Amino acid sequence: MVDWELVRSSAWPLLQGLVLGTVPLTAASFAFGLAIAVVVALMRLSPVRLVSGVARVYVSAIRGTPLLVQLFIVFYALPSLGVTIDPWPSAILALSLNVGGYASEVVRSAILSVPRGQWEAAATVGMGYGTTLRRVVLPQASRLAVPPLSNTLISLVKDTSLVSVVTVTELFRVAQQIAAPTYEFLALYSMAAVYYWVVCALLAAVQDRLEVRLNRYVTA
Amino acid sequence: MSALLEATGLQKSFGENHVLRGVDVAVPTGGVSVLIGPSGSGKTTVLRCLNALERPEAGTVRIGGVAVDFGALPARRRAAQRAEAALRAQSGMVFQSHHLFPHRTVLENLLEGPVVVQGRPREEVRAEALALLERVGLAGREDSLPSQLSGGQQQRVGIARALAIRPQVVLFDEPTSSLDPELVGEVLAVMRDLADGGTTMVVVTHEIRFAQQVADEVLFLDGGVVVERGPAAQVIADPREERTRRFLRRLLEPL
Repeated sequence: MVDWELVRSSAWPLLQGLVLGTVPLTAASFAFGLAIAVVVALMRLSPVRLVSGVARVYVSAIRGTPLLVQLFIVFYALPSLGVTIDPWPSAILALSLNVGGYASEVVRSAILSVPRGQWEAAATVGMGYGTTLRRVVLPQASRLAVPPLSNTLISLVKDTSLVSVVTVTELFRVAQQIAAPTYEFLALYSMAAVYYWVVCALLAAVQDRLEVRLNRYVTA
Repeated sequence: MSALLEATGLQKSFGENHVLRGVDVAVPTGGVSVLIGPSGSGKTTVLRCLNALERPEAGTVRIGGVAVDFGALPARRRAAQRAEAALRAQSGMVFQSHHLFPHRTVLENLLEGPVVVQGRPREEVRAEALALLERVGLAGREDSLPSQLSGGQQQRVGIARALAIRPQVVLFDEPTSSLDPELVGEVLAVMRDLADGGTTMVVVTHEIRFAQQVADEVLFLDGGVVVERGPAAQVIADPREERTRRFLRRLLEPL
């Protein structure tokens, strides 16, 4: 039987884990990850072989290894090289690098989807590379990138649960801590699942509205 | 009188395909040169070399006081790009499929170059841009998005955008080829008005009647060379070269 009293008393600590752990972890990692993604995408599009090669290896390494292993390397393995990072920063570092790798492919393909004529038109009104990116290409690419980047964000929300293994207090670790002494695994883990689901559903709703807004100049 | 725009010895290949085999173009201030020729003749490539959207292997282009010798570009990538950008800033370009910035309003499309790039005062440029829109017959449409306009209107915004950077020369790359036939006239009318107003223009087009009425000089290109050049009255009405005659016959009597 489910211990409803425990469910009720756990609701608030779990929400704290969500709001003080999962949400800031997600927000920070996504922001840093997106910045990494844009830089890596532009590096991959560079005509300089060395630059695009470095970016290619980075993306391959991130996509070719499990996030859990990346997390363990940052938190448990780097200290043996004399680099010790606190749990929170190391969690954000590992998640950001991971998001950066995946999202860079999204950003790259979005940039490539902007017609070449847009680059040329920008050049003929005098824009250089940076201005063209900022004023012409990235605004159009962002519209194309919203649906796949939303996927990345929603995956990230759930991936933050992995950082419970490096002792960062977030939603899933709170659930584990309450479940362990009481043996109420079904109740607590189900509650955690529902919390994640609600957050992801909210994000999906935001994505829909954002797509409508960004598409307004296409259909008009 | 020396030419405002002068290109000499333009050569360009795409792989094995020699698109330009030494093309010269010279346009005096206020002059209108029209490039005609069959598809694949290289006329669009000539135009794109004039503003360095294509980089010819050899040849020079000079507009006003800015010259680039493409056979002797600086070895450093950045330096070469700077030289090309300086040349490009001397001309405005009207594309076959307009390439307006779809996420910006008509007015914003006009302001990007003068305000964002050239850093001129916004209010001054705005007044100038509104006057340009009136000139191309689009007064009152400044807040529309490009997608809300017809093809002919979009192309006229494209012309206004090209003029907004105050270029010395305006280049037109088949400006009416993507338009529905009933929209061609409004675009040609704007171009004619510009020509009458003294704008220096280089136009690639299949509109022979436009060339006949507006061009000071017509250049017939075929196989990457200028086969024949001269006043419109002569090249179109009384061509000397057999290739020119054949091309014009096909164009004017398609059936």
